[in-house]
Amino acid sequence: MVSKPHGGKLIRRVAAPKTRERILSEQHEYPRAQIDHGRAIDIENIAHGVYSPLKGFLTRDDFESVLDHMRLSDDTPWTIPIVLDVEELTFEEGDAILLYYEDLPIARMHVEEIYTSDKEYFAEKVFKTTDKAHPGVSKVYSMGSYLVGGEIELLNELPNPFAKYTLRPVETRVLFKERGWKTIVAFQTRNVPHTGHEYVQKAALTFVDGLFINPVLGKKKKGDYKDDVIIKAYEVLFEHYYPKNAATLATVRYEMRYAGPREAIHHAIMRKNFGATHFIVGRDHAGVGDYYGPYEAWDLFDEFPDLGITPMFIREAFYCRRCGGMVNAKICPHDGGFHTKISGTKLRKMIMNGEQPPEYLMRPEVYEVIKNFDNPFVE
Amino acid sequence: MGDEERKYTTVSIPKPLYEKIKKRIEGTGFTSVSDYVTYVLREVLASLEEEEKEEVFSEEEEEKVKERLRALGYLD
Repeated sequence: MVSKPHGGKLIRRVAAPKTRERILSEQHEYPRAQIDHGRAIDIENIAHGVYSPLKGFLTRDDFESVLDHMRLSDDTPWTIPIVLDVEELTFEEGDAILLYYEDLPIARMHVEEIYTSDKEYFAEKVFKTTDKAHPGVSKVYSMGSYLVGGEIELLNELPNPFAKYTLRPVETRVLFKERGWKTIVAFQTRNVPHTGHEYVQKAALTFVDGLFINPVLGKKKKGDYKDDVIIKAYEVLFEHYYPKNAATLATVRYEMRYAGPREAIHHAIMRKNFGATHFIVGRDHAGVGDYYGPYEAWDLFDEFPDLGITPMFIREAFYCRRCGGMVNAKICPHDGGFHTKISGTKLRKMIMNGEQPPEYLMRPEVYEVIKNFDNPFVE
Repeated sequence: MGDEERKYTTVSIPKPLYEKIKKRIEGTGFTSVSDYVTYVLREVLASLEEEEKEEVFSEEEEEKVKERLRALGYLD
């Protein structure tokens, strides 16, 4: 049986066609608020149940409870505050407003509560630092002065160039059922696959019925692989090296927070909503720089006996010349001199210089895909 | 926004059980009997909820989803 949705019920907050039509025809009568790309994506995720049990942006009680206890006010585990910030108030509590991304009305929101937060406290609690060099912290400091809580109804989604690969929780749940998978392990990624990823994914698949690879698409940092490169690289890997009846690939749009351990829990909750029963947590999951210990996320899972999805802790993989394959520190007895660690940065440098990585680090088919892009990296 | 503001309530347990738990959590990560009891209760409740009946979609909705999955090549 696939995982139950987080909080017990899969939330769907997409406006019914007639309601949507009516709201849009009356759109000029609503107070409006502008939102950024990340909030529009959050709305999409709320509306399709990726963030179940959230029905909207957090109200104060939930927000404070998430900061202080990593739980919603009803005790449901929740580690990342999903909040809507505004700088100016053109509406008040009790109003129904429309949220716009540029000129596109994204959602109707019922404003339940308007409140303020201490940004330093917010940053320290979620990111364990107030250093503005941390991208998540910097985002918090750039937020508007007010937070607005309340339920939403989705009216329009942002254009999605990868709609073909985008599955919603309701769809993955049916897919897993149709394939007869009762246990599913999810893998989160924002990179092209190297043999270390393949090793981790296949090691996990050994113990369950199905592998669900769920790359995160969206805003990226300079030097990251472009979204279409990641998808095409996985496509070719699937074609040549993955069992068709035991693995599937679908993307999700999401703005990374880089909150390390807290975000690892959040990623697991998202995949639970897709129906996954297990979730791979590797080294420095959702981390950035040196803000978090390499396996700090693993410890945080201990605090959530009621998470409802089983983490699979898999150590960093490396190539051992004596073993003649990918291994990890737990299973390889050989000296470090026999090991080649896989560094994403090194691989990127090799690719940028037109140098093909050795086959034991990257499948040649994957390299071919990357090579065929004029510029595979975000500028 | 500190811990003191969180709403707590008191639940009574037999004293011998309290003492047993107190001994049990020595040298573990649990800092109090309350922490341990909270942990155990959350675990028990979560496993009971898991056993409850699974949410099912309507036949019509499921068929619609299957159609899209077939169109995208996820299902034959």
